Amino acid sequence: MPIIETKNLTYTYPIGTKPAFEDVTINVEKGEFIVLTGPSGCGKTTLCRCFNGLIPHFYSGKLEGEIAVSDLRVVEHQIHELAQHVGMVFQNPENQLFALSVEKDVAFGLENLGMSRKEMRERVDWALKTTGIFELKDRAPYELSGGQQQRVAIASVLAMQPKIIIFDEPTSFLDPMGAQKIFEVINRLNKEIGITIILVEHRLDLTSKYANRVIIMDKGRILLDGPPKEILSSEEARLIGVGIPKATRLYQILKDKGVNLGKIPLSAEEAAETLTEALTH
Amino acid sequence: MIKIEDVHFTYPNGVEALSGVNLEVQDGEFLAIMGQNGAGKTTLVKHINGLLKPIRGTVVVDDLETTKVSVATLARKVGFVFQNPDHQLFSETVEEEVSFALRNFGFNEAAVNERVNWALNLLDLAEYRKVSPFMLSGGERKRVALASVLAWDPKIVILDEPTIGQDNQQKERLRQFILQLNNLGKTVIIVTHDIEFVAECKPRVVLMSQGKIIAQGAAEKILTDPDLVSQASVVLPQITQLFVSLRNEGFPTEVIDVNEAAEILLERISDSR
Repeated sequence: MPIIETKNLTYTYPIGTKPAFEDVTINVEKGEFIVLTGPSGCGKTTLCRCFNGLIPHFYSGKLEGEIAVSDLRVVEHQIHELAQHVGMVFQNPENQLFALSVEKDVAFGLENLGMSRKEMRERVDWALKTTGIFELKDRAPYELSGGQQQRVAIASVLAMQPKIIIFDEPTSFLDPMGAQKIFEVINRLNKEIGITIILVEHRLDLTSKYANRVIIMDKGRILLDGPPKEILSSEEARLIGVGIPKATRLYQILKDKGVNLGKIPLSAEEAAETLTEALTH
Repeated sequence: MIKIEDVHFTYPNGVEALSGVNLEVQDGEFLAIMGQNGAGKTTLVKHINGLLKPIRGTVVVDDLETTKVSVATLARKVGFVFQNPDHQLFSETVEEEVSFALRNFGFNEAAVNERVNWALNLLDLAEYRKVSPFMLSGGERKRVALASVLAWDPKIVILDEPTIGQDNQQKERLRQFILQLNNLGKTVIIVTHDIEFVAECKPRVVLMSQGKIIAQGAAEKILTDPDLVSQASVVLPQITQLFVSLRNEGFPTEVIDVNEAAEILLERISDSR
């Protein structure tokens, strides 16, 4: 049973003349790590807003087709119900944090669920430890670095113990090392805890190696959907201009010049391995 | 020319953001400032358009010392595009937004029209002329902010995190566009975390850490030094990572460009055959 299932899903914003996306049919299985990409305005962020019910409950407009998340038909369940299944982390953590201490920020969502103090305590501690910020729990979020703030935002979502977390370009505002650490945290949530991840990203250099599946949207439709190596080395991906990892691009250039490395690399490590092999044989 | 000498700056809350920064930027240069969050990058560039004034030291832009002239005088020379476009947009339509500063600077209507058309076409925004900036996507709003600054033709253009929210084709267009500005003799300064973008553009790179400049030089030199980049919380470009791990095979490590990488590898492979 897929954890997210859409069938011929089409949505038009109230002021829109044409759909933001149309005829989207996808199944997401439990435990997948999906990178969702495509040119600006392709509809990827709008599609994600359906997964947690912001569409149709917060944004009006016209939603057609079917969508179920965690066996709940999204149109029949409110945002607060869906929030226990689907968490969302945005670009800029500053827009998501508001409490006076890290701990309070992380506990906030739980306070609205009416659970015991003890359970709340346990969940908050677990979320703080999993994201590696337990020692920051008494600090004020605004005193922290951007990378630490983004980890607080992730911990707040994680404390709700969602089955799915959607990340919308979560590292755009972070320095490269901070970004790398966030992607490692996201990867751990997926590989160690089994949370289904949907990561909206343009920077495939940094992210595609963690994913089991890449979905590319263009002009409101799903254009490509499959394993990262296959999708990112395809001619179609290059033509619509998504940011193919440099390691994969290098493979393509060499192949065009008659040198086939055999294995398609997504990262520098994979490229180094393949090249060392090719050079010593 | 921009001349920054021994600049110190402390925010009112006591945070020391710059502690002794020296930097010279020639006319027509393309400079990228990189470094960890909180290193002082944005604080530094805000000194160039006079939004912030040094507590100690001097900032001179085209022979004008920033403490002695108004922000308005400097604005005519220095265009600044903020990280978050929402801090800068306020008009009801894209067209009004882009023409606002032009009218303030006293351009006549014909000139305003001409410049607005030029800027909107340049940034691929002509179709949104009558649309509210707030109806647009983050990436599009960013381009509106850029168009409204370029419209008045400043000599120095500062872009704070210009690639955030931009897809790959828009980044490529931005790169072309920066080169074009350089060719027109304009100085372009970007503040960015986008290591792959910098590797493609190959500007002069300034690395900052804890309120100081820790290194500056050609992108190929700075971005391929593992110790330097890690001090500034930056990582090596993917192609450099590859060449660093191949260094035992006798490859050079100062490689950041994918086409150059392919050439080096092809040469080696054809030699060994």
